[in-house]
Amino acid sequence: MGEDRFFGSSLTILRRFLFRILAVGPIPNHIAFIMDGNRRYAKKQNLEQGAGHKAGFPALMSMLKYCYELGVKFITVYAFSIDNFKRRPEEVQYVMDLMQEKIEGLLKEESIVNQYGVRVYFVGNLKLLNEPVRVAAEKAMLATANNTNTVLLICMAYTSSDEIVHSIQNSCQEKWDQMQASKVNGACNGDICKQEKERCAIKLVDLEKHMYMGVAPDPDILIRSSGEMRLSNFLLWQSANCLLYSPSALWPEIGLRHLVWAVLNFQRNHSYLEKKKKQL
Amino acid sequence: MHSLRFPYFPLPKITNVPVKSRPSSPFSVVPKLHKLNLSSANPHAAAEDHCTQVKSWELVDREEKGDHQVAEELAAAGLRAELMPKHVAVIMDGNRRWALERGLSVEDGHRGGGRVMKQIVEICLKLGVKVLTFFAFSTENWIRPAVSGLLFFVFAALPFNFSISHLCLSIGRLIYGPCMQEEVAFLMSLFEEVINSDLEDFKRLGVRMSVIGNKSELPMSLQGLIRLAEESTKANSKLQLVGAMNYSGRYDITQACKSIAKKVKDGLLPLQEIDEALFQQELETKCIEFPQPDLLIRTSGELRVSNFMLWQMAYTELVFVEKLYPDFGEADFIAAVSSFQKRGRRRGGNKY
Repeated sequence: MGEDRFFGSSLTILRRFLFRILAVGPIPNHIAFIMDGNRRYAKKQNLEQGAGHKAGFPALMSMLKYCYELGVKFITVYAFSIDNFKRRPEEVQYVMDLMQEKIEGLLKEESIVNQYGVRVYFVGNLKLLNEPVRVAAEKAMLATANNTNTVLLICMAYTSSDEIVHSIQNSCQEKWDQMQASKVNGACNGDICKQEKERCAIKLVDLEKHMYMGVAPDPDILIRSSGEMRLSNFLLWQSANCLLYSPSALWPEIGLRHLVWAVLNFQRNHSYLEKKKKQL
Repeated sequence: MHSLRFPYFPLPKITNVPVKSRPSSPFSVVPKLHKLNLSSANPHAAAEDHCTQVKSWELVDREEKGDHQVAEELAAAGLRAELMPKHVAVIMDGNRRWALERGLSVEDGHRGGGRVMKQIVEICLKLGVKVLTFFAFSTENWIRPAVSGLLFFVFAALPFNFSISHLCLSIGRLIYGPCMQEEVAFLMSLFEEVINSDLEDFKRLGVRMSVIGNKSELPMSLQGLIRLAEESTKANSKLQLVGAMNYSGRYDITQACKSIAKKVKDGLLPLQEIDEALFQQELETKCIEFPQPDLLIRTSGELRVSNFMLWQMAYTELVFVEKLYPDFGEADFIAAVSSFQKRGRRRGGNKY
């Protein structure tokens, strides 16, 4: 027992030393994760169906801990896609129950949320979730609203295409309301009308404001476990210029070495990308 | 043609020195190549000398061979006809680095890339791919002049209405067009050269040419050629060759949003009817039969999509190849397609 604790402490010290070295270079501000491979892991380990998702939770907690220790401020995880509703009903229910349990666990005293001062957002079309999960999510968002150190965005009932369509709908609705208000408010002479028309035109900033992910900057790195190299309708808009990394490890197997590799590659390309961002 | 935008490490001029291959990344998953020999007289098969001009389009008509024979040859190369991607997209990265490594000019690098493009068109015709899209020129590829024209770009960056910003950007580019960096001007002339030299071949081969992107900002002569090429090949159906010029994924999504917003404002479209299918019809890719790429190939080892077809690539399989674009050949393309065919595509649903 004592030996285990000594070993654990030594690993922590080594890890923090490694992060100090990495921090000599630029650290990504936002890392996004696609947690792929839970079901394959369950099959590989001969676990019962659904148990792979449960096995993936400790891996998520570890990655959050490593990222926050490293100094990453924003982390986004793809927990449940709108496309995932197509899966077997029993699997969907299992995942919903697991998410509810884990969301409620986030609010406990000893959780990572309190340890690192994490503000939690649940991002997606939450109306598609069942009520207990939605209520738990809203409660967690409210409870962590005053945390300011780091941010965790959990994408649930999310796809990028739904996000973009939702954004255009909301932007149009907002501009429509502005137009109606300006018609009601005053007589329209030529110049004022023209100004109002310009104000009511949809701009890029309106679209980004109404996106579910509008609360965070674009990710610097997008990590998808299990070796699959595709975006699966995740952060399509936001990942336009971010580094993509797909280690072959299944999600429950993901570890510190994968994060370190991703950060080193980010650092290799960082100065060039920053120059390009300034040009834009 | 995207080496303008991606990291490269300038090398000293190298002559008569073997090119060192880049250290392989642990996560490039392209399998060993299988050479596909669909033609016994393929002039491009042994194109070791990258300065050799492509003299003609020698192509064995796929239909003449018969489906059975084609399927046999595909199987010999490790490919399955029923799993062939309908739409392949290519990010042609690495031309500049390739030229620098060999002590050639950047223009030679882009020309080398142009020859590879023609090879890939030929391969796709043989394999039965229906749509082939090349990311020829991004909205981010315009290099801003560093002199007084900067004023227009400063205004463009201020948070005015998007129309004013866009107008400032357009004026800046219009006035300083002649002063654009040489490489961009060369690329524009290379696009014209390719269309001029290959249009007749495309017509003969049944290739339909389309261009997506903000064409209004391209040089007038290029716009005219694009119109001619699109018009004269619109009845062709063997392969749709799409050039993404002055295009980006964000530009595409934004222009679709503005188009929809205008329709809503004009009362032509109720808000509740906006959905994903309608949105897709507003994108630049509405002219493409299969608008969503099944496979994206990016050369030069860079692991990003660089603002290319963001909406359309929601479920696209991404293959990143270490080779620089002018070194990318038929065997590499076959290997990328083979990698694609081995992947399990679930689209979030069941497989396990």
